Amino acid sequence: MSRLTVPKTYKLYIGGKFPRTESGRSIAIENKKGETIAHICHASRKDFRNAVEAAHGAFRAWSGITGYLRGQILYRMAEMLEGRREEFATAIQVTQHVTSAVARKEVDASVDRLVTFAGWTDKYQQVIGCSNPVAGNYYNFTIPQPQGVAVSIAPATPSLLGLITAIGAPLCSGNTVVALGSQAHPMATAILGEACQTSDVPAGVINLLTGKKSELLEHIATHRQVASLYVSDCSKKERVLLEEGSADSMKRVHTVSFTEEDWYDNSITASPWEIGPFVEMKTIWHPSAC
Amino acid sequence: MRTPVDTVMVEQRAASFASRSIKKDSKEQGLRLALSMIDLTTLEGKDSPEKVRSLCSKAVLPWAGEFEPPLPSVAAVCVYPSLVQVAKQALAGSGVAVASVATGFPSGQYPLDVRLNDVEEAVRAGADEIDMVINRGAFLSGNFDEVANEITRVRTSCGKAHLKIILETGELETLENVRHASELAVRASADAGSIEDGEVFIKTSTGKINPAATMPVTLVMLEVIRAYYEETGIKIGMKPAGGIKTAKQALHYLVMVKETLGDAWLTKDLFRFGASSLTNDVLRQLVRQHTGRYTALYDFSEA
Repeated sequence: MSRLTVPKTYKLYIGGKFPRTESGRSIAIENKKGETIAHICHASRKDFRNAVEAAHGAFRAWSGITGYLRGQILYRMAEMLEGRREEFATAIQVTQHVTSAVARKEVDASVDRLVTFAGWTDKYQQVIGCSNPVAGNYYNFTIPQPQGVAVSIAPATPSLLGLITAIGAPLCSGNTVVALGSQAHPMATAILGEACQTSDVPAGVINLLTGKKSELLEHIATHRQVASLYVSDCSKKERVLLEEGSADSMKRVHTVSFTEEDWYDNSITASPWEIGPFVEMKTIWHPSAC
Repeated sequence: MRTPVDTVMVEQRAASFASRSIKKDSKEQGLRLALSMIDLTTLEGKDSPEKVRSLCSKAVLPWAGEFEPPLPSVAAVCVYPSLVQVAKQALAGSGVAVASVATGFPSGQYPLDVRLNDVEEAVRAGADEIDMVINRGAFLSGNFDEVANEITRVRTSCGKAHLKIILETGELETLENVRHASELAVRASADAGSIEDGEVFIKTSTGKINPAATMPVTLVMLEVIRAYYEETGIKIGMKPAGGIKTAKQALHYLVMVKETLGDAWLTKDLFRFGASSLTNDVLRQLVRQHTGRYTALYDFSEA
């Protein structure tokens, strides 16, 4: 007798826990042959609201620790991704219908991308901040500070690399993140939650949702506690919806339109200018010693 | 021999009130009602006149945004005796009452004359309501007469001010004790003179001890109020305090009151929430219902 398989139901990742969606809905994930290999949650607006609450609650501590420590924690997260390379690669291969080599390439690039952002945590301030020339007995500094809760909307593909990039940029400067994973290929997003949970990332710093953009975009745009958006892979209509909704609470909307090739290029997608949209510039005067 | 309190059933019954579906219009009505029943409270060593003044403005006008019909004010502001005068001035003409904790709040571990003096001073300073603590040490030692006698004397000292009797249920150990203390409090205050409806409240906690208000404890107290009403026709008020932080919890309590005591108790004259952070959560839900947008914490004032 053949064995009855036990397909997994992936849950959401909110506030360091794995809740089922409040709505009770799920989406079946199929392989190339059309067989169901797993179920993932179809998140509702209330799940999004809960995720923002969790992210907001985690912001003070995450932005308060030193950049160096944030870097260590993100690096540790990269270590956990490294340990799950096989699992990620299989998920990408099966759901995105690509070869094993392409899937592995994406996973490796994702781990490396996270390490790049881990490296930026204690360096971006020196690069995008500055000491301004003034005539007088003062120093004048401009320093970047994190804004609060960022919502990252990941591209359809590359589903893991795009997600890591979209959360890495706001995370490294001390923002906390609610991410909506690839709608077409959500499995890597679901697995990432499990990797986060076994790393040292504090609860609430990263929150991962899977579901449908059409349902959530309006609420993402108008939620007043959200400070900024990382928007990839959205149609013009969706972008207008996001920007109009964001105007009321003056969210920063960072829209990217990277090609498949760009996503793999660190100098484009992980440059400090990608970190810039998620910080607030503060300029201070300070009396000089003499 | 009376039937003992069935803890398992009380917990089950209390949990059942959290499973009612309250949507849209009835939810908005419930939230408005909850807002009007809040005793906006600050009981910290660092309380200053300025903090109390800002709390009072929030009490009168909980949210500055436009609302149709306008949002109600909260029921009362609850402060320490030394700040009663400040609150009284700030709330003059607003319809919001001033409640003062007294009798050596929160421990009550002071000589009786000091505690009675505390009450008289607070009333003289203008308190409309007095939140007293019972002598838990005496209660747990079995000196029930002493506890009852003290409550009677405190009520006499209150004069026209309404009295809320804090049982501090978190220290009473069992639901049986909660029931006993509730009955004792009601009867002892009746000994000081006849009670008008809503003139005496029983209140769960000081907010300084964990656990504070819980649904099962409140249910037991509501049942005592019901029994007293059936016996005498007098309506005693109820005030759960401490630990009620979300609008959702507040709605659960209102469901419990409605299904235990009926609509007559769904008024600020007979039911109060002792809370500080509850106000903003209720406001968040109301504004969310109104605008369709999720709100930010910075949309609401802290006090």
